[in-house]
Amino acid sequence: MNKKIKQPGMTLIVKTITRLTVGLILLYGIYIVTHGHLSPGGGFPGGVIIALSFIHLMLAFGKDLALKKLSEKLAAFFESLGAIMFLTIALLGIAGGYFFFNFVFKGRPFNLFSAGIIPLCNIAICFKVGAGLFAVFVALILLKITIKRE
Amino acid sequence: MIYLMCLILFSVGIYCILVKRNLIKIIIGIGIVEYAVNLFFILVGYRAEGRAPILIEKQVVQNMVDPLPQALILTAIVIGLAVTVLIVSIAVRIYEKYGTFDITKIKRLRG
Amino acid sequence: MIELYILLLFMILGAIIAVEIEDLLSSVVAVGAVGLGLSVAFLILKAPDLAITQLVVEILCLIILIRATIKRDIPPLNRRKEVVGSIMVLLFIGGFLFFAYLALKDLPSFGHPIMRVSQNYLAQGLKKTGATNLVASVILDFRAYDTLGEATVLFTAVMGVLAVLRRIGRKKVDEIVREENE
Repeated sequence: MNKKIKQPGMTLIVKTITRLTVGLILLYGIYIVTHGHLSPGGGFPGGVIIALSFIHLMLAFGKDLALKKLSEKLAAFFESLGAIMFLTIALLGIAGGYFFFNFVFKGRPFNLFSAGIIPLCNIAICFKVGAGLFAVFVALILLKITIKRE
Repeated sequence: MIYLMCLILFSVGIYCILVKRNLIKIIIGIGIVEYAVNLFFILVGYRAEGRAPILIEKQVVQNMVDPLPQALILTAIVIGLAVTVLIVSIAVRIYEKYGTFDITKIKRLRG
Repeated sequence: MIELYILLLFMILGAIIAVEIEDLLSSVVAVGAVGLGLSVAFLILKAPDLAITQLVVEILCLIILIRATIKRDIPPLNRRKEVVGSIMVLLFIGGFLFFAYLALKDLPSFGHPIMRVSQNYLAQGLKKTGATNLVASVILDFRAYDTLGEATVLFTAVMGVLAVLRRIGRKKVDEIVREENE
């Protein structure tokens, strides 16, 4: 008699395609975040795309391998780090004049290093949104215990 | 006119929230109401023969659409995602406790 | 703008299908179609930031909704439909649409908005902030408090989900716990 050992994750075709594309999705998300002040995008859709790349990894390979790449404690750490970075950038503006004052040097337009405070805020929001949404998805997946009603 | 069609989409969502008895159908109705409201704001801020509010090198753009409703609705879309995630997790917990999604059977207040 | 009318008609049909169909998985797919139609509508209305955000948020909402409905299909029990309740709701919606049509005449006509504050943002955006994406300059420099509020709301929602789905308080006194594989 032949017993099949159940492999975690999906079929072989899905795993092969995922190996090829998950790095590209992560890179695309980073591109949308860092060019938020030059072309459409910004911190919020970029953060969601980065979370989606990790969710793609978890859906195709099972939860053990994805949690080895980004564990729950690391996701919680990154979310708090993003929130604290955003507040720190805002509070540093008080030294210049008022809350959220744009104090970094504004370079020439159409460059990557221009527009003062806006790219730094985008990166902080990207950490926060990406790590938070991945933590929510992990919590929904780990809910595996079915309780029989008495 | 086009505003009226947007409000018809809104009323389809309101009908779903008020009449259906399945909890997941109610969540779908709330999602449809959110789509209709976001679309209505952007319809108000549209300018005929306008262009996207992004500056391009070596070009002077004369008429752009209104960027202020776009900024507010960007916030609203992300907040809609947060609300949907929260109520889906509460619905999953309700299913664990009662064994059904039917709202006429979720009545026990103690326990 | 004939394509906008056709797109809105498609969205209304998709919403009616999502509301009326019995199978939960099919209605979730129909709501996904409505969301993708909305993303294309944002592109037609010249809002590329919103189109990108709506597309990825829609995909994430679909994944989470399917996770909640895929193994929990309830059999429809007593099919006693409430007729009086449905007719009252339809009358209310009819009255609402009639008064909304009378009130919509006071809005500025489609395509000619009153842009009093936005003219300042468009004229001085590049000079004051140095960003060429004017929507990003509005949400992160002119109106940064709203972004702070949005970050707080997301934080609170993630806290809420992690608190609702905890492990403590889920085991009762006498129960049988079975683990099932994904």
